[in-house]
Amino acid sequence: MKDIAIVSFAQSDCVRNAGAKNEVELIMPVIKSALGAAGLSTAQDVDFTCSGSCDYQQGAAFAFVLGVDALGAVPPIKESHVEMDAAWALYEAILKIRMGHADSALVYGFGKSSPGELPTVLSQQLDPYYLAPLWVDTVSLAAMQARMMLDQGVMEEADMAAVVARSRRNALANNPHAQLKGEVAVEQLLAEETWVSPLRKHDCCPVSDGASAMVLCTVEKAREWGKPYAVISGIDHRIETHNLGARDLTRSVSTEQAAAVAGVSDGAIEVAEIYAPYSHQEIILTRALGLGSETVVNPSGGVLAGNLMMASGLSRIGEVAQRIINGDIKRGLAHATSGPCLQHNLVTVLEAA
Amino acid sequence: MANLAAVVGIGQTKYQTRRGDVSIAGLLREAAVKALEDAGLGFDDIDAVIIGKAPDMFEGVVMPEIYLTDALGANGKPMLRVHTAGSVGGSTALVAASHVQSGTFKRVLTVTFEKQSESNAMWALSSPHPFSPHLNAGAGGYFAPIIREYMRRSGAPYDVGIKVATKDRLHGARNPLAHLQLPDITMAKVEESPMLWDPIRFLESCPSSDGACAMVIADASLVSESPKPPAWIRGVAMRSEPTMYAGREEVSPQAGRDCAADVYAQAGITNPRKDFDCAEVYVPFSWYEPMWLENLGFAEEGKGWKLTMEGATSLDENGDIPWNCSGGVLSSNPIGASGMIRFAEAARQVRGDAGAHQVEGARTALGHAYGGGAQFFAMWVVSADKG
Repeated sequence: MKDIAIVSFAQSDCVRNAGAKNEVELIMPVIKSALGAAGLSTAQDVDFTCSGSCDYQQGAAFAFVLGVDALGAVPPIKESHVEMDAAWALYEAILKIRMGHADSALVYGFGKSSPGELPTVLSQQLDPYYLAPLWVDTVSLAAMQARMMLDQGVMEEADMAAVVARSRRNALANNPHAQLKGEVAVEQLLAEETWVSPLRKHDCCPVSDGASAMVLCTVEKAREWGKPYAVISGIDHRIETHNLGARDLTRSVSTEQAAAVAGVSDGAIEVAEIYAPYSHQEIILTRALGLGSETVVNPSGGVLAGNLMMASGLSRIGEVAQRIINGDIKRGLAHATSGPCLQHNLVTVLEAA
Repeated sequence: MANLAAVVGIGQTKYQTRRGDVSIAGLLREAAVKALEDAGLGFDDIDAVIIGKAPDMFEGVVMPEIYLTDALGANGKPMLRVHTAGSVGGSTALVAASHVQSGTFKRVLTVTFEKQSESNAMWALSSPHPFSPHLNAGAGGYFAPIIREYMRRSGAPYDVGIKVATKDRLHGARNPLAHLQLPDITMAKVEESPMLWDPIRFLESCPSSDGACAMVIADASLVSESPKPPAWIRGVAMRSEPTMYAGREEVSPQAGRDCAADVYAQAGITNPRKDFDCAEVYVPFSWYEPMWLENLGFAEEGKGWKLTMEGATSLDENGDIPWNCSGGVLSSNPIGASGMIRFAEAARQVRGDAGAHQVEGARTALGHAYGGGAQFFAMWVVSADKG
């Protein structure tokens, strides 16, 4: 199979409310920036374009149709869309390159969550007959998962607070796009009241508006363009049962499966960017990925510092790729998730050329 | 170079107004199990599952792959959800094929669906987008002016659409899975039906259906493990263009022409009317048959309607290039599945497995889907020959 390279990545600031900006206005700056960094100017300059978004965020069908207006798709382009995080749009683009129908691709994800109540909107991901009518929101489900972990003694509340403190500190140091950042002590965090017990507000990712974009291509094409790049050495995703009662919520089996196929343990992982919308989920995921103290987890602050729903998974991959492109690290992994309590997980391993 | 892949199993539900006896998951599972049985396989033989449907707002289930995991035996496997407007059924087939053609997987299951009885498509399509002109007309109102422009340019007689509507329902009467069963339909009956969006009459429009369509796509190395003849995937293409831009050709969109040229080049098609034995083309409103005959190169510009009126696209009139032998979208329209039904019916024809709507000796067929404001296109060419 062809080796595939990421040559550029761009992300917007994570903001609580992008105001009057529509989807096209969210997308265009990051597309322009990602294409520009690859030495390209429009979607006409790549062989394939794929995006990820969710109509329910903005509350109207066909968000992605408007997105096409941001691409300059005249003359027509080869283009597709997944109603998933754009990490899965990247996956579709990789298949297209592997089969030889494209040598290069533009991938982007966007979300404007501010018009609605995101945790409640996402309750409609649940079984439409038995669960969705109960309107169980995503925060409540995550709280149930955290409670099980506490009850089983696999973590303590201070461990959750430590994840949050590190996220805020890393975001302050490394991430100009972060929505939440700062120096906070674990004791300070633990002193706050619980929100949906045992979760405190800071254990939950914020709701953000924004977009991110990436250009990928064959390694041959990256050399032809003369651009530094990160190689995707492995990528895989797995889904688990929707029946929460049939899963051990304190583990992430699908992450373990995807990590094995992606080849996470074939070498040292210097940096891991993990899509953990709740602090306790980072603990589940670092275990599922088999990460130890030699790995720097979420140097960007992760999604606790800002969560561009439908773009955050792609952004995790971009964060690691950018560090490799910059020459800061040689090997890292990125993780993306979807569904309640980490139901669906994607793992990407990235390496220097 | 893409790995060679083929359709080795096809399963469809009976299309009808309301399937109150099954849940959404039950509907998909019915099609999936039929496709696996057709392929002589079980869920354990499947490496990945790829689903597609029209907007989530139709049924109100957000990102439904999450809920459908168990029903489709996807636990522990990769699962992907495609969404590209009305072309999604076709696009989903293409994305599923790419899982195999890329060499990443050996055998995948793909399923598309719509349960229109649990949804309101007109409402979902008409919800206002902030900062955009509000369209409150649904699809028929959107396409009617474009059809009128085709009639003006081509000088086609008024009853071409009536002929298509009649022809496709007569085809549908041969297909026990088709939603509308109108064996006694006549052009007079179509003409008498109420005008909805001039020039589109009630009987010139597609129905609202519940239904699901599934396929199993396998790598060439595993094709012989399934009992029935394969449909080899000889060409795959997608194209998109914006809904609106200055000078956009809406009657015969550039994206459709480019997509056809791409897929024909891959499959070695130089004269579509001669080289194909039949075609399954997305015709939700009658007049789109002559329009797509021209857009897809089966007829010269302005002359597509003549093929229709001569009976060239009719199975009952022994036409040389039958279109939509299954009855087409005009006979069954579970929106998110409609594109995949075209792709699957094209495959059934070249497998020699299309029952009473079989085109005798069919070797090569086109599957076509379009969506949005006729701006998203997906096509494949399938053949009994490996090529």
